[in-house]
This record gives sequence, C-alpha cells and structure tokens, in this order.
Amino acid sequence: MGDNKLMNTLIQLVESIEVANVASLVNKPEYGGINVFVGTVRNHTKGKKVEKLFFECYAPMALLEMEKIAERAKEEFDIKEVAIHHVVGEKQPGEVVVVIAVAAFHRKAAFAACEFVIDTLKETVPIWKKEYFEDGSVWVAAHP
Amino acid sequence: MSYTVLLFGVTKDIIGSSVYCPNDEFYTVGHLREHLYQSFPLLQKLNSLMIAVNMNYAEDHIMLSSTDEIALIPPVSGG
Repeated sequence: MGDNKLMNTLIQLVESIEVANVASLVNKPEYGGINVFVGTVRNHTKGKKVEKLFFECYAPMALLEMEKIAERAKEEFDIKEVAIHHVVGEKQPGEVVVVIAVAAFHRKAAFAACEFVIDTLKETVPIWKKEYFEDGSVWVAAHP
Repeated sequence: MSYTVLLFGVTKDIIGSSVYCPNDEFYTVGHLREHLYQSFPLLQKLNSLMIAVNMNYAEDHIMLSSTDEIALIPPVSGG
C-alpha cells in the first residue's frame, strides 16, 4: 500500500476542506500539471430546494476504499500522485464536500484520472449523504 | 457464536439502531442476508445492499466468523 504516512496525508476524511491545501499536497516541481476536482453542495435536486446535507461514513473502510482508488488510478493512468479529501458531517449549499487533486507530467492523463477517481468514489466508497428539504429528509440513492 | 453488525445510512433508520446483534448463527454472508431480509423486509426495497466483512465487500458465499467486523452497506452516495 506504499508509504503509509504519505498516504494518510493524501487520503483523508475531514470536517472541512481548503482546496489549495489539497492541491499543494501533490505539487512538486517535476510535475507539469495538477488537475483538481471540487465537489460542492448543490442547493437543489429534482426541482426541490436543498437546505443542507449530512455526510455519514464508515471511516476505516472509506479510507481503505479511497486508497484503493488512488492506487488503481496510478496503475491505470500516466500520473504521479493522487490526493482525495472528503468531508463528514453537516454541510450547507456551496460548501466544498470533496476535493481530488491529481498530478502528472502532462495534463491529459491528469484530467482522465481525476474523472476516474470521482466516478469510482461515487460507486464504491462507503459514504452516505442525506438531503434535507423544507418538508423532510432522504438518504440519497437508497431507494428506486 | 454471536455477531455485531455495524449499520449505516438508511439501514440505521430501518433497523432503528447503529448496531445489530442477531441471536442466530450464520455460516455465510448469504445466510445473514436472508435473515436480515426476513427480519427487516424494508431492507429488500433498497436499490442495493452490500455486506462488508473486515472492511471488504463480501459476496454471499463468504464464510463468517464471530470475530469478523461485519457492516451493512446500503447504496453509497459520497462525492
């Protein structure tokens, strides 16, 4: 699983995220590009106003799954480093919930790997989001 | 032999607790799944229900032991 100390910095569950801090974790002079994806809280879903989100996670497994995704991205794309930070707890519209930073020698691989990481995170990492509306709340994607 | 099953998201709401300790004995993930579906039929209405054993997604044929860390993983929605 590589250097654990380094991995722990790169892969984190946190209460709030500074985008620039995540990008700086993967910034080294030998790389030519960093692609950063920032996911935020959208204030509407299917025409309904979203008041806030709540993120719950199975922390140790979520970290393991995020590490697996980062490792896979480094195997499958021509990239050098991946950082993934995801929030837990309550978030308001506009707040940052996930930041993925991918560093590579060249931009194309960084763009592709970044998309792979966010797509896979949404499929496999045990994190759950509850949307709160004026008239109630719902666990996203739980039911058909 | 007894198990502690960690619950998250909507499964916590359906079962009404953050852990579930069944009295019965289960040999495999599939047996546990059947027990859960019968005891809590609302679980059958979910888009999916994965079961993690020792923090890995486990298929129904995987054997269980009482020292395993078992968790119910309803549809994830991170990001």
